[in-house]
Amino acid sequence: MFYREAGDFKTSYDADNQTFPIKFDRIGYYVALLVAFLVVPFMINDYWVNAIFLPFLIYAIAAIGLNILVGYCGQVSLGTGGFMAVGAYACYKLMTSFPEVNIFFHVILAGGITAIVGILFGLPSLRIKGFYLAVATLAAQFFLVWLFNRVPWFYNYSASGQISAPERTLFGVPVTGANTSAWATYLFCLVFLVLCALVARNLTRGMAGRKWMAIRDMDIAAEIIGVNPLKAKMTAFGVSSFFIGISGALFFAVYLGAVEVGEAFGISKSFLVLFMVIIGGLGSIFGSFAGAAFLVLLPVLLKNVLVGGLGWPTDTAAHLEFLIVGALIVTFLIAEPHGLAQLWRVTKEKLRLWPFPH
Amino acid sequence: MPEQLIFAMEVFLNGLMAGVLYALVALGFVLIYKASGIFNYAQGVMALFAALTLVGIMEGQVPFSHLINAALGTDIHHFGWHVPGFVAILLTMGVMVILAWLVQKVVFRHLVGQEPIILFMATIGLAYFLEGFGDLMWGSEIKTMNVGLPQGMNLAIDEVTYGIFGYGFFIDNLDIVATVIAALLVVALVIFAQYTKQGRAMRAVADDHQAALSVGISLNFIWVMVWSVAGFVALVAGIMWGTKSGVQFSLSLIALKALPVLMLGGFTSIPGAIVGGLIIGVGEKLFEFAIGPMVGGATENWFAYVLALIFLVFRPQGLFGEKIIERV
Repeated sequence: MFYREAGDFKTSYDADNQTFPIKFDRIGYYVALLVAFLVVPFMINDYWVNAIFLPFLIYAIAAIGLNILVGYCGQVSLGTGGFMAVGAYACYKLMTSFPEVNIFFHVILAGGITAIVGILFGLPSLRIKGFYLAVATLAAQFFLVWLFNRVPWFYNYSASGQISAPERTLFGVPVTGANTSAWATYLFCLVFLVLCALVARNLTRGMAGRKWMAIRDMDIAAEIIGVNPLKAKMTAFGVSSFFIGISGALFFAVYLGAVEVGEAFGISKSFLVLFMVIIGGLGSIFGSFAGAAFLVLLPVLLKNVLVGGLGWPTDTAAHLEFLIVGALIVTFLIAEPHGLAQLWRVTKEKLRLWPFPH
Repeated sequence: MPEQLIFAMEVFLNGLMAGVLYALVALGFVLIYKASGIFNYAQGVMALFAALTLVGIMEGQVPFSHLINAALGTDIHHFGWHVPGFVAILLTMGVMVILAWLVQKVVFRHLVGQEPIILFMATIGLAYFLEGFGDLMWGSEIKTMNVGLPQGMNLAIDEVTYGIFGYGFFIDNLDIVATVIAALLVVALVIFAQYTKQGRAMRAVADDHQAALSVGISLNFIWVMVWSVAGFVALVAGIMWGTKSGVQFSLSLIALKALPVLMLGGFTSIPGAIVGGLIIGVGEKLFEFAIGPMVGGATENWFAYVLALIFLVFRPQGLFGEKIIERV
């Protein structure tokens, strides 16, 4: 009764091709956008933004990117941290070399540079498949982090080896640096997330997405029916790295402000984003949001309950968090291999009838 | 003989020894992959967990003492006894068998028939769980392990090489012991796989699950056994690494190095794991020695992966892996 597809007639091709063809979904989407853009910015303070909203928005972009590669194209990658580092350092170099250009374009360009690097490291995927590829992407992870650590040009020869974001403004409002306000950084990241999600959603419904899914389901069969594996895999690596690069740039410039590469973009980051994708649901844009929200909220919640509520030491709480995350992943894989997105689909099915029996 | 060449020889020997340690971890991967098709990412964490448990038992630590102290407000840490190394190793082995049984019972029994990638993700989840569990059980501070293995420079080799080259090679006693133990372990595994009933059953399962099932081999038993053997290999690797560099979190990262070793050698080959380990060990030490100073050092972080990546582009199944045949 509450979720209905019936009675929603399309009278034009445009209506049939909408991003959200079902009216209920569309209304929900508009409401979510309204709340996100017009309500949340007035209600948040620094704590909320730094603890929950910024990490959620940024990880959601990364999760969408990785989901395109793993969930839609079936190429497992463990190099996400390395690619995020490329985005961050590209953004840093652009920001310091061309201070007169708007930060917005820097972030986009950083994504583009990451896409090129991603395609480069994606090339072996034509020969290497499955687990071998997963391990091969580790090469990207370790090599890139080492590169940014050892070549002083990347961090502008600073003594500490760190990079820190200079202050940049958008329409006169600072979005990076020390003098940012909570709502500005939030809106800045939100715009990127909405744009990325829209692009990803429409790419995956279109020809590119269908090719990716054909490759994922069986690459030889896809090749035989005329999907060019080179193009399909390279576009998947490119688009995925583009999003991951944007998230890396935002992670550095807007969220952290100063970054030490091994700490911020280490192998654990790769796994974190991979878990978001798995828990959220492989091959689902909504799942990327859900997974990112889940894994951002869980540690905050655990920390508040265990450290704040029960007064346990932080390190014990951190170990317990590891344990719980691991157990959750295993539980998810056993109970629902398709993740939170599948749970949402089941809920919608139920809501169609509920509270009536038929 | 020029000095550089002598240094290079020393680096080469040390690389061989390091390679043996990588191979030890890689062995555990191969065993599980062959028998159940599971790519066990948690092998490294299993080594860490085994080492933590061994130290914990030897020192007589109270398991979960941090958790108990936090929850009940008590202040307990040790039982106040010390267990001799040999007994502790046996007890740890018992823990690893229980772990193997639990892993099979709780996790992988429910995942039979799933895609390999799902199984792989499950082992990553398992790795996180074990890491948190191990730290929660025994505490996360760096521990020293001392089960009576010799350590320090081997004087005999130092003297002999000094006599020949006029320069004494530095070779750690521990590395020599590790090499001997690794060789023994491989021989034992081969004998086990070739000449015992269980070993034969294990090979049958590796060949074909269904055929093995139909001649009356219990898959469940074989898988628990394989995980136990892998746990044993993890324990040996944990002892070696733990004695060498202390029992700490980075132990599970060192195990990541076993992945390129596997890729070089092929996932399904025990000799491949050994040869791959030696190639990676020697390769990264020589590369660091020759090229490292020019590009800023610490090339060991990535050399193994890049080497494996380049190698795989030319031979996707690794050195000794089974040829990949693809059908629609």
